[in-house]
Amino acid sequence: MSRFLFPRWSNLLLPTIIVAGAVAPLYAIFFVAYGLSPKTLEVGYQPQQPVPFSHALHAGELGMDCRYCHTSVEKAAHASVPPTQTCMNCHTQVRPESPKLAKVKESYETGLPVEWVRVHKLPDFAYFDHSAHVNRGVGCVSCHGRIDTMEVVYQSSPLSMGWCLDCHRDPVDKLRPAGTITNLAFDPVTELSESERLSLKDKFHIAPSEDCSTCHR
Amino acid sequence: MTTLTPESQVGRMVDNTVDRPGERAPLVLNMDTFTQVTATVCRVSEAEKAPLAWYIAFAGSLGLLGLLGICIGYLIVTGVGVWGLNNPVMWAYDITNFVFWVGIGHAGTLISAILFLFRQKWRTGINRFAEAMTIFAVICAGTFPGIHVGRVWFAYWLFPIPNQMEMWPQFRSPLLWDVFAVSTYFTVSLLFWYTGMVPDLATLRDRAKGKVQQLAYGLFALGWRGSNRHWHRYERAYLLLAALSTPLVLSVHSVVSFDFATSQLPGWHTTIFPPYFVAGAIFSGFAMVVTLAVPARELFGLKDLITLRHLDNMNKVILVTGCMVGYAYAMEFFIAWYSGAMYEKFAFINRAFGQYWWAYWIMVSCNVITPQLFWFKRIRTSIPIMFVLSIFVNVGMWFERFVIIVTSLANDFLPTSWDLFTPTWVDIGTMVGAFGLFFTLFLLFCRFLPMIAMAEVKAIMPQADPHGAGAGKHGHDHGHGHDKPRDGAHGHH
Repeated sequence: MSRFLFPRWSNLLLPTIIVAGAVAPLYAIFFVAYGLSPKTLEVGYQPQQPVPFSHALHAGELGMDCRYCHTSVEKAAHASVPPTQTCMNCHTQVRPESPKLAKVKESYETGLPVEWVRVHKLPDFAYFDHSAHVNRGVGCVSCHGRIDTMEVVYQSSPLSMGWCLDCHRDPVDKLRPAGTITNLAFDPVTELSESERLSLKDKFHIAPSEDCSTCHR
Repeated sequence: MTTLTPESQVGRMVDNTVDRPGERAPLVLNMDTFTQVTATVCRVSEAEKAPLAWYIAFAGSLGLLGLLGICIGYLIVTGVGVWGLNNPVMWAYDITNFVFWVGIGHAGTLISAILFLFRQKWRTGINRFAEAMTIFAVICAGTFPGIHVGRVWFAYWLFPIPNQMEMWPQFRSPLLWDVFAVSTYFTVSLLFWYTGMVPDLATLRDRAKGKVQQLAYGLFALGWRGSNRHWHRYERAYLLLAALSTPLVLSVHSVVSFDFATSQLPGWHTTIFPPYFVAGAIFSGFAMVVTLAVPARELFGLKDLITLRHLDNMNKVILVTGCMVGYAYAMEFFIAWYSGAMYEKFAFINRAFGQYWWAYWIMVSCNVITPQLFWFKRIRTSIPIMFVLSIFVNVGMWFERFVIIVTSLANDFLPTSWDLFTPTWVDIGTMVGAFGLFFTLFLLFCRFLPMIAMAEVKAIMPQADPHGAGAGKHGHDHGHGHDKPRDGAHGHH
C-alpha cells in the first residue's frame, strides 16, 4: 500500500505553524495600529514648494508674527494662505531682484496665484475650526510644530483622529495665555505651573467634546 | 441519470423505523463488514466521474455563485444604495439572509455536539455532512454583515484592533457580540468538523490511487496511522470539542436575537427572542439537512447508511422545534395583548393584517402548519413528502426573518416616516447567489471528502461491540441479529 506519510523533517513544521499562527494576529494588530497610522505614513511629509520661501527666516530670524500672513486664523475655520500681494508689501523694497522671488513677481504681474502645495490636510469628513482653538489657548506650535525653524515646512504631527482625541481628553498641558498663541518657542509645561494651566482651562471654558458629531458633522 | 447503486442495496430491505421491544433497530442496513462501509462511502470520491446530476447541479451552483460575485462587485463599486434599503427600512434582505444562514448552521452543531454527548448513535450517519452544511452556511452568513457595512474595505473595524483613531467597536452593543459569537462558532465548527474527519481522510489516503490524491489526502490526514495513542487523543479532542460546541448551539442564535431584542422597536423588543430564535434555528437547520440528505443518499448510493430511521428521527426534531416556533408566534401575540402596550399591539396586528400580511401567512403556513404533518409516521417516512415539506420549512424560515425585520422597521413609532421595502434586482440576486455559494461548497464537499463519518458509523455496528450479539457473527443478517440488548453500559434511551 503506497501512502503519503510525513517525512521526518516535517516535524519542524508543527512548532513553526504554532509560532506563525500566534504571531500572525499580533502582526496584523501591530500592522494596523502602527503601520497604517499617520504617525508612520504622514509625519515628515515635506513637499517641494514652487517658491523657496523660508519660514525659518521669516518667522524665526525676522520674528514675523504668524498672523501677518495667515490673517484669518483668529476669525475663521481656515487659516488663510496669503495672497501674493502680502509678499509684495515688503518685497517691492526688500531684495526685489532676488531670483528666488521670480515666481512671486510673475504671479504679481499676471494676477495668477502662486500654487503652494498644501502640507496639512484633514479629510473632508473631519470638521476643524482654527479660530475655536487659537482663541482659547491652543497655540500654533501644538499642531504645526516649530515652523519657525523649518526651511521647508513639513508635517510634524500625525493629525490622526487618535492624536486629536489625546488633546481633547486631556487639554491642560497644551493651554497657554492668549498673548503667547503665536509664540512657537513658548512651552506651557515648563513656563507655567500646573495651577496656572488649570486656571487657563477655567478661563477659556475648555470642556472639549468627544462626541462623534463634534468633528464629523 | 447515472447513480452509484451498490449491489448490496438492491437485495434485502429491512424496515428499521419500527421499534421492537428489547431490540435496537439497526442503523446500518445490508452491510455485514466494515469493509463494505468503507467501500460505500469512499466510492463517491474515488469514482472516475461523478453522477451526471452532480455535474448539472454543480454547473447551476457555479452560475449562481457568479451572480453573487457580480452583485457583490456591483455593490462594492457603487455603494449600498443598489439595495432597496432606505429610511425607515435600513435592514432587509441583507440581515434576513444573515440570520437565515446562521440559523441553518445550527443543526450541524446540534447533531455533532449535543447528540454526541447524549450518545445518540443515529447521529453518526448524518453528522459529517450536517457539520459541513454548518460551515458552508456560516460562510454564507458571514458574507452579509461583511458587505452590508457599506465601505467593505473597513470591515475590519468590526474587530477591536488598536488603531490610530483610538476608535473601538461599541462593546455594549450586541452587534459586536454577534461578531464574536459568529466567528467563535465558525472556528469551533471548523475544528470539530476537521478533527472528526482526520481518520476518514487517512482511509481515503490509504486507498488513493493517484499521486495527487495521496498527497492531498495525506497532508490533511496529518499523518494519522490509527495507533492506539492516535485514537486515544482523537477521542479526547473530539469530546472536548463537543463540550465546547454545546453551549454555542444555544449562545450563537441567542446573541443574534439580541441584535433585535435589545432595541426599543415594537416587534423586536421581546424577551422571548433568544429561545425562540434558537428553536427556529434548529428547526430550519434540520429542514436543510433533510433537504440535502434526501437527494445525496439517492445520488451517491448511501441509503444503507443514511436510513429511513435517520430521516424519521430528523423529522421528529423538525416537528418538536416546529411546535416551539408555533408556540413562540402565539406567545408574541399574547404578550402584545397582555402587555397593554399599544405600539406592541399595533406591531403584531399590522404584521398579520398590514401590507406584509402575505409574508406573515407564508411564514405561519410553512412553519406552524407544515411540521404538524410530521405527526403521521407515513409522512415522516415518505421520501418525496418529507423533501417537499423540508423545503417549505426553509422557505418559511426565510420569511420569518423577513417578517420580523422588515415589518417592524417599516411601521415604527412615527407614522409620517412609514414606508415599504421594495427589493431591487441586486437584493434578489444576492439572496439567490448565496445559495450558489452554499451549494458549490457543498457539492465540492460531496465529491471530494468523506460524506459520512466512516469510523464512527463502524463503531455503532454490532460487530464493533466485543460483548454484543454481533461479535463473531460476521455474515449474519442484522435485521434480526440482536437477541439481547447491547451495550447496556452506555444507557441509551
